[in-house]
Amino acid sequence: MALLEHSKYSQGSVLGGVNPDLASERQTASFSVEKLTVWLDGGEEHTQKRRAVVEAIERDPVFSRENQYFQSQNERYEAAVRKAVHLQKKMEEMGWTESGPEFKYIYRAVSGDIAFLLHRIFIRSISVLGSDKQIAKWIPLATQLKLIGSYAQTELGHGTYLQGLETTAVFDITTQEFILNTPKISAMKWWPGDMGRSATHTVVFAQLYISGKCYGVHPFIVQIRSLRDHSLCPGITAGDIGPKMNFEHVDNGYLMLQNVRVPRENMLNKFCEVQPDGTYVRQGSQKINYFTMTTVRISLISDEVIIPLMKACTIAIRYSVVRRQSKLKPGEQEAKILDYQTQQEKLLPQLAAAYAFHFINDYLQELFNRGYREIQQQNFNTLPELHAFSSGFKAMVTQYSTSAVQICLQACGGHGYSSLSGLPSLYTKIIASCIYEGENTILLLQTARFLIKCFRAASAGQPVPPSVTYLAAVKPGKCPAKNKLEFLSPNIYTEAYQHMAARLVSSTAAKLQDLIQSGVKKHDAWNQCTVQLAQAAKAHCHYITVKNFAETVEKLKTEAGIQKIMKHLCDLFALHGIFSNAGVFLHDGYVSGAQMDMITASYLDLLAVIRKDAVPLVDAFDFTDKSLNSALGSYDGQVYQRLYEWAQKSPTNQQMSPAYERYLKPLLHSTQSKL
Amino acid sequence: MAAPGPWSQDNWHLRPDRNGTCFIHRGRPEPLDLHLGMFLPTLLTQATPEQQDRFFMPAWNLEIIGTYAQTEMGHGTHLRGLETTATYDPATQEFILNSPTVTSIKWWPGGLGKTSNHAIVLAQLYTQGQCKGLHAFIVPIRQLGTHEPLPGITVGDIGPKFGYDEMDNGYLKMDNFRIPRENMLMKYAQVEPDGTYVKPLSDKLTYGTMVFIRSLIVGDSARSLSRACTIAIRYSAVRHQSELKPGEPEPQILDYQTQQYKLFPLLATAYAFHFVGAYIKNTYHRISGDINEGDLSELPELHALTAGLKAFTSWTANAGIEECRMACGGHGYSRCSGIPDIYVTFTPSCTYEGENTVMMLQTARFLVKSYTQVSSGQQVTGMVSYLNDLSRQRIQPQHVAARAVTVRLNDPVSLVEAYKARAARLVEAAAKNLQAELNHRKSKEDAWNRTSVDLVRASEAHCHYVVVKLFTAKLSEISNAAVRAVLTELCLLYALYGISKNTGDFLQAGILTDAQITQVNQHVKELLATIRPNAVALVDSFDFHDVHLGSVLGRYDGNVYENMFEWAKKSPLNKTEVHESFHKHLKPMQAKL
Repeated sequence: MALLEHSKYSQGSVLGGVNPDLASERQTASFSVEKLTVWLDGGEEHTQKRRAVVEAIERDPVFSRENQYFQSQNERYEAAVRKAVHLQKKMEEMGWTESGPEFKYIYRAVSGDIAFLLHRIFIRSISVLGSDKQIAKWIPLATQLKLIGSYAQTELGHGTYLQGLETTAVFDITTQEFILNTPKISAMKWWPGDMGRSATHTVVFAQLYISGKCYGVHPFIVQIRSLRDHSLCPGITAGDIGPKMNFEHVDNGYLMLQNVRVPRENMLNKFCEVQPDGTYVRQGSQKINYFTMTTVRISLISDEVIIPLMKACTIAIRYSVVRRQSKLKPGEQEAKILDYQTQQEKLLPQLAAAYAFHFINDYLQELFNRGYREIQQQNFNTLPELHAFSSGFKAMVTQYSTSAVQICLQACGGHGYSSLSGLPSLYTKIIASCIYEGENTILLLQTARFLIKCFRAASAGQPVPPSVTYLAAVKPGKCPAKNKLEFLSPNIYTEAYQHMAARLVSSTAAKLQDLIQSGVKKHDAWNQCTVQLAQAAKAHCHYITVKNFAETVEKLKTEAGIQKIMKHLCDLFALHGIFSNAGVFLHDGYVSGAQMDMITASYLDLLAVIRKDAVPLVDAFDFTDKSLNSALGSYDGQVYQRLYEWAQKSPTNQQMSPAYERYLKPLLHSTQSKL
Repeated sequence: MAAPGPWSQDNWHLRPDRNGTCFIHRGRPEPLDLHLGMFLPTLLTQATPEQQDRFFMPAWNLEIIGTYAQTEMGHGTHLRGLETTATYDPATQEFILNSPTVTSIKWWPGGLGKTSNHAIVLAQLYTQGQCKGLHAFIVPIRQLGTHEPLPGITVGDIGPKFGYDEMDNGYLKMDNFRIPRENMLMKYAQVEPDGTYVKPLSDKLTYGTMVFIRSLIVGDSARSLSRACTIAIRYSAVRHQSELKPGEPEPQILDYQTQQYKLFPLLATAYAFHFVGAYIKNTYHRISGDINEGDLSELPELHALTAGLKAFTSWTANAGIEECRMACGGHGYSRCSGIPDIYVTFTPSCTYEGENTVMMLQTARFLVKSYTQVSSGQQVTGMVSYLNDLSRQRIQPQHVAARAVTVRLNDPVSLVEAYKARAARLVEAAAKNLQAELNHRKSKEDAWNRTSVDLVRASEAHCHYVVVKLFTAKLSEISNAAVRAVLTELCLLYALYGISKNTGDFLQAGILTDAQITQVNQHVKELLATIRPNAVALVDSFDFHDVHLGSVLGRYDGNVYENMFEWAKKSPLNKTEVHESFHKHLKPMQAKL
């Protein structure tokens, strides 16, 4: 059926039909692609909604990304602003609302290439941190884009470590104002999106001082540009921080404040308030704040990480059945590069990971929805677990996916390096996710802190959250599998992962304990164990991901064909992880050397099995050609023709370069007579 | 072009002694790289004296600007698959060049898009109705004077890439384009006026060039990684963040164990690769004398070794540069850190001059061949001589177990032995698996393909062993005691860290015990603390000038934040106080306020 649908995907090019090398891959699918798509979306109605949103966006020329690869930073920025403004109208026109079911598909449909994302954070921070009065004043203005906000937290000198921020806000009791200052260069706000050129307002995080006493970091709404002519307000220095690896469309900015005064009412005061006489009052629980941070980490996993990973897999796998190179058998046609074992070993584990992360994302969403319901009833018990989960999985999934996209890029040979493949921009964008919303190493150490605490509690017989009860059951043992087929049993490999994670946590806890008992100070002992702690945290997340994948497959009884291929992918994901981290499984003899050979054999066998369904498995992600924006990854596989067509559009071929007239002509002209 | 013409000292390969810095990257790619790096050398090595008279001096004077057009849209590393044709027409004594398919369009050659007026084109030669394989032809592509493409030539730029913005990588399509017979490079193979084909004497000679260029990539891996390490380590000494001890000032981030664990093994790797690059270059120069005298006996091993080391070092450096960037947190992501540019300039070396996986498999072919020789009772020499021990071990089955306790973890020489044992084990395993596939009635090619993951692992282990061995061997050559001490620490760190990242191999083969692995991990952490005080000095020793590093974070004076601000002010978005998009898009919306 996919074949019949192809016109809907193609880019209106003059190219012929589907490349036969790609078409043949679709004829042998062992399952229904459409049914898998629907299942991934969570039901028929979701698939329909998503496709409707994507179609509406892609049909609108304002949202076109056709020339994106050829645009300068200035052009990218302008296009992003134009799209953001236009989206406002589009949503009205289509009847989409922020709380409606379509909303979550819009970002996917515009491929994130739009301005005012930080404006959204501005709105969210006011909704969460502001009083009802502040919400009533600011939110309507912001939602109608009467003002444009940003969120200024990170400084030149400080990122993840918030307490170290250096911007100051001093309360002036006589005028009832806060005076904001950037006392030194490292205190300059640096990186906030939408702030370099667009924002008129921003939420500034600053150290609050009242009568000489510091009360820690608080948020203040500060106007930075005139609403009339967009010029900078007095005392404000702001601009763009210059080119980055990607995000050319975002005006990440800097901001310097010199005696900027804002009224007392501009401190967001749902939780803390400065009264007119300078009295500082705390009110309510701030714990909900942490919850916001954790939800942001979780929400980025699907939009900023899993979707780019799926796109990269789609591009690399489709290209690998179109590209033929060298011969597998003498006298035959050159082989599709996906038929080489080494190519399968590069790409198929990444495909399995994309599925694994899609399922772990579902799992996390559910965990958070449950947590949210509890928190609304003032029950904060699950907060530490949620915090640990969001930190650990954000780190694990972003790191894994980043290297996966890089592998996809390099698996496409020379053409992968062309921007027209779409892979360089996917890569340079996804790598930023390892840093923003919490640097990965620091996040893993936060998860490790939780695991160590739970391990100690569990060892002492105290209750711990269900996800970590396994830590109490560390015991030496041996993997019971006797041949390579037994390693295709989810129980066997899930147990191996569990054993390995528990061992890493318990041995690190023991090491910490040893150091402290030998007289090393607690913080020094912690620093001396951080390499192991980060490893333990990753192992825990890896284990949960494998376990969740296996459980998801188990529950999937309705569709036999889909269950079968998902089971293969689950096996592949699990065995690839053991194969690539053999040492930690062999270490205490849980897996023997002979068993490791069986695992390797099973793992390599799986590659050949999944190879047959590789293209249908990426087709099921259901990306349109426009959203892939890749000359290598289009649905019809007319790779070479498209590369050639797109290259003609490059400005280097459309515009005169002064290089010839200025530099080459004088050189070349002296020669004519001689030749 | 910023650099001066061919008289520059950079163009060392044009000098008679061929010594000096390399041309592949002088830090930045330039449109004339291919002219200098490939077009001129190819003329020197493959053109007849008559052709050199015609082309060399004009090219030397940049009246002819050439490029080297080999890669096509559909074919890269697999050269035999190239589709461009050159058909000899004896009636006019011309070759007719054609790009018969879309996939045969020449794609990627640097300087081809806009700069060059000539290209050396690789094409399948047809004469007297027979295909004679790939040959090189000098093809004029643009009109001298107007610089317009010649009739029958379609040429242009391939569009934006991952880096290399300065370079006009191009495409070239030829439709019945005729060149005189004398434009085929005919120093070796020849086509006579009547179309008779004369074969070259030996084709092994091309190995020499490949070995040479790949040895440069090994050196480039070392250099690029050294630059990234310099930036990340200096910045980590300037950046303060969070707290290690309650109540104390924020520490330098280089004091965190996790930061040291990210950066110091890479620093050690940069030093290791530096020595490996020098070794290959020296070996090449040593045996190139023999090659000129027709003795090619050492070439196959060097060729196999260089292929693997090219892949091993470029993969490692590629990942290492990214690790350095991420160790710089958010600021590493800004182009002002310099690391994004180092990365995008370096990363294609995993693909060009031989795709890395294909390179690893070439090395594997040599390893399997050597293993087969040993199995049949012959001795092998050189870097693979450890395979000779395998047959001895079969006679003494106790040997493997006995070895486990003899590894001394603080002695590089002993660690070389451990790496040797690992390589031997993985080569043997791959060779046996290959044999098992063959016994399974599989065709040779099928069996090879089904073993290729094992084969790549074996090659990696072999290369890893070679690197540890060469690093260790270097230590005894250092006369200054303090320098030797610090490099010994780096060498140990390199070797032990490599074990800790591949514990599975060492455990499974019984080379090391669980307890020893725990000690390895502990040693690695102790070495981090030992190296910490010398870290900045060790990157300063690389002696990169600020101009060459091109990094605000990695400045020698460490004045990072002030200079980031200065740098940002130059951003194109900051050209005007109010951006034009405000008037176009934002103002209409806000006017009502």
